[in-house]
Amino acid sequence: MDFLVFQYPMITLQACLDGILLGVLFALIAYGMALQWGVMNIINIAQGDLVILGGYIAYFMYLYGIHPAWGVIVAPVIMYFVGIAIYKLVINKVVDRDLFISILATFGISILFMQLMNFAFGADVVLANSGYGTTMLFDNNVVLPNSKIFSAFISIVFAVCLVIYMKKSKLGRAIRATAQNARAAKILGVDTEKVYAATFGINAALCGVAGALISITFTIHPYMGLPYTIRSFMIVIVAGLGNLPGVAMSGMGLGVFEEFADYILGTEFRIGSVFLLLVLILVYRRFKLSRKREYLK
Amino acid sequence: MKLNKIILSFVSALVILFSTSVASFAKVVGDKIILGAAISLTGKYSSNGVHTQNGYNMAVDRINSMGGVKVGGKTYKFDIIYYDDESNPKRAAQLAERLISQDGVEFMLGPYSSGLTKAIAPVTEKYGVPMVEANGASRSLFTKGYKYLFAVLAPANLYLDVAIETAVELNGGKPVRIAQAFEQDAFSQDVRLGILDAAERTGSKIIIDDKLPKELNDMAATLVKVKQMKPDVLVVSGHTKGALTAIRQIAEMKVDVPMLAMTHCDAAKLSKQHGKNSQYALCASQWHKSLTYKDDFFKDGMTYAADFEKEFGYDPPYQSAESSAALLVFKDAFERANSFDQKKVRDALAATNMQTFYGNIKFAPGGQNVDKPMVLFQVMCDASGSCENKVVAPLKWASAKLIHPIPKWSER
Repeated sequence: MDFLVFQYPMITLQACLDGILLGVLFALIAYGMALQWGVMNIINIAQGDLVILGGYIAYFMYLYGIHPAWGVIVAPVIMYFVGIAIYKLVINKVVDRDLFISILATFGISILFMQLMNFAFGADVVLANSGYGTTMLFDNNVVLPNSKIFSAFISIVFAVCLVIYMKKSKLGRAIRATAQNARAAKILGVDTEKVYAATFGINAALCGVAGALISITFTIHPYMGLPYTIRSFMIVIVAGLGNLPGVAMSGMGLGVFEEFADYILGTEFRIGSVFLLLVLILVYRRFKLSRKREYLK
Repeated sequence: MKLNKIILSFVSALVILFSTSVASFAKVVGDKIILGAAISLTGKYSSNGVHTQNGYNMAVDRINSMGGVKVGGKTYKFDIIYYDDESNPKRAAQLAERLISQDGVEFMLGPYSSGLTKAIAPVTEKYGVPMVEANGASRSLFTKGYKYLFAVLAPANLYLDVAIETAVELNGGKPVRIAQAFEQDAFSQDVRLGILDAAERTGSKIIIDDKLPKELNDMAATLVKVKQMKPDVLVVSGHTKGALTAIRQIAEMKVDVPMLAMTHCDAAKLSKQHGKNSQYALCASQWHKSLTYKDDFFKDGMTYAADFEKEFGYDPPYQSAESSAALLVFKDAFERANSFDQKKVRDALAATNMQTFYGNIKFAPGGQNVDKPMVLFQVMCDASGSCENKVVAPLKWASAKLIHPIPKWSER
């Protein structure tokens, strides 16, 4: 235990800001997960692996001399089609099945993606340098890498665009209708098959954006996907499906929680603390549910 | 009766098939000495696994083309059976069993990483199979009393203690304040033990002692603490991802520290890919091509590096060099033992005392090489921004003078 974070107010501020910037990025990944979970009732274990694949797209652009920031445009386009392909090959066969089957199927996709990425890109840890410099605040006591600010900004832009798209566009309305009641939507002439494919594609595209941002801000590695899956799962569990402000708030909350866990318990417990929080929240939810049930009786 | 005959002939066919397949892989077939190796060709260690394999192959080709191994007046050539351990310790142990009990291999080369070597060592020990390994540096490998394990590299606890001693020396012999962050794996934790020993020896104080997770990609919290507490030395060890994460975030957060000491800088290609961000980082290495050790097969480090680059298209990391050295050690031991008896070869290995292009090799009773010091290099950049690793310690091989303290980011 180390309470240094509370002894210096500047460290507390630094931890909060780092956490919020990180949390916005997590929220973007979680939003994609919430979307396809809500619409298709599928928990995508391969979410983190799609993120990493998006990161590799930005990394390869960087290797070929293109600024990795362009990755936030190129990666979602490519990943959209990857998403559609995964849907056509695997997901459409499990979409109406039990939740457990879809978890198994996406778990399989996750393992396949890890091995394929390892095979194609090698096991080295890589990163893409953005050269964005640093913002210093409060007499250089609080340091914010501009790459993190850029990531948070782009995440917000994409989230806002998506919300508008879901509200205004025809496909967006179809997606929302399918999420509410797939059968009714089908009767009213919505091609749910197409909606499912598009939803999975949009989710993969969001993962692509997040991956490109992660390769600029942190590092990527073929086996680094799982922590991102767990984080987005956790955010969605807390926020609930179809609740975008909730996803954003719980994303930022998780970011700040992780930062504080890092300072207080040590970096080695960072991911562990997320798992612990997940267990606590699931237990709490169950507890709340059982009380509700008694009340209904 | 007829059925019995059929069963009998089936069983004997199986026996014949099995015995011939074993014979075709036995330890020494015709003029070939067959060694076995489980190597990480896929999985998270696959890049270093390939470096290891390239090192082995390069030495096999070189030794075979320069006359092979002379035992009992006859000349033999090396050959290696490889299996892919998928970077998985359990798989590595299974493959070691398979190499020994099915393929009949009687001499083994090590895998990549301390963790996998730890998984294989009990198996080779059980069967009394001598293993020369080149990529497992964890101290715990050498304290278990293994009799058949020999490592050509210096143990992990010696990686960075030179850095602490140098820092104390530059501080006028006065103790220094150390901040350290280590991944929680066998290797990095051994490097940490080395630092603790060095701190105790020099009376230095450890003011930050962080552990890094396996999924590390953010160490901002540690670096914020470093910024606030201003230690004299920052030590980071967490394989390639530790080195990369540290370099990126130190540069982004403009963390000023007089000395930054790390491991795995060359595997992370710091000087080539991260240029000025990695400038002044001090890195521990088992080997550097500019060292002046010599042998008859590869001549010296520079020649080895040039030949390696010609064959594989990249500058050899120390993982390849030490792997090549393992074959030189085997050749020398076979010739001195003048036999393929495992016990005799083991005793010959234990008595090894030789120089290779990679360094002097002499094994302690625990199996670690005690005759080869670690080297420290510093990433140095010229005005044009191109960076290079230059050896700064030990002084005997230093090609440049250590730059200390590291200039502040505001002055660069």
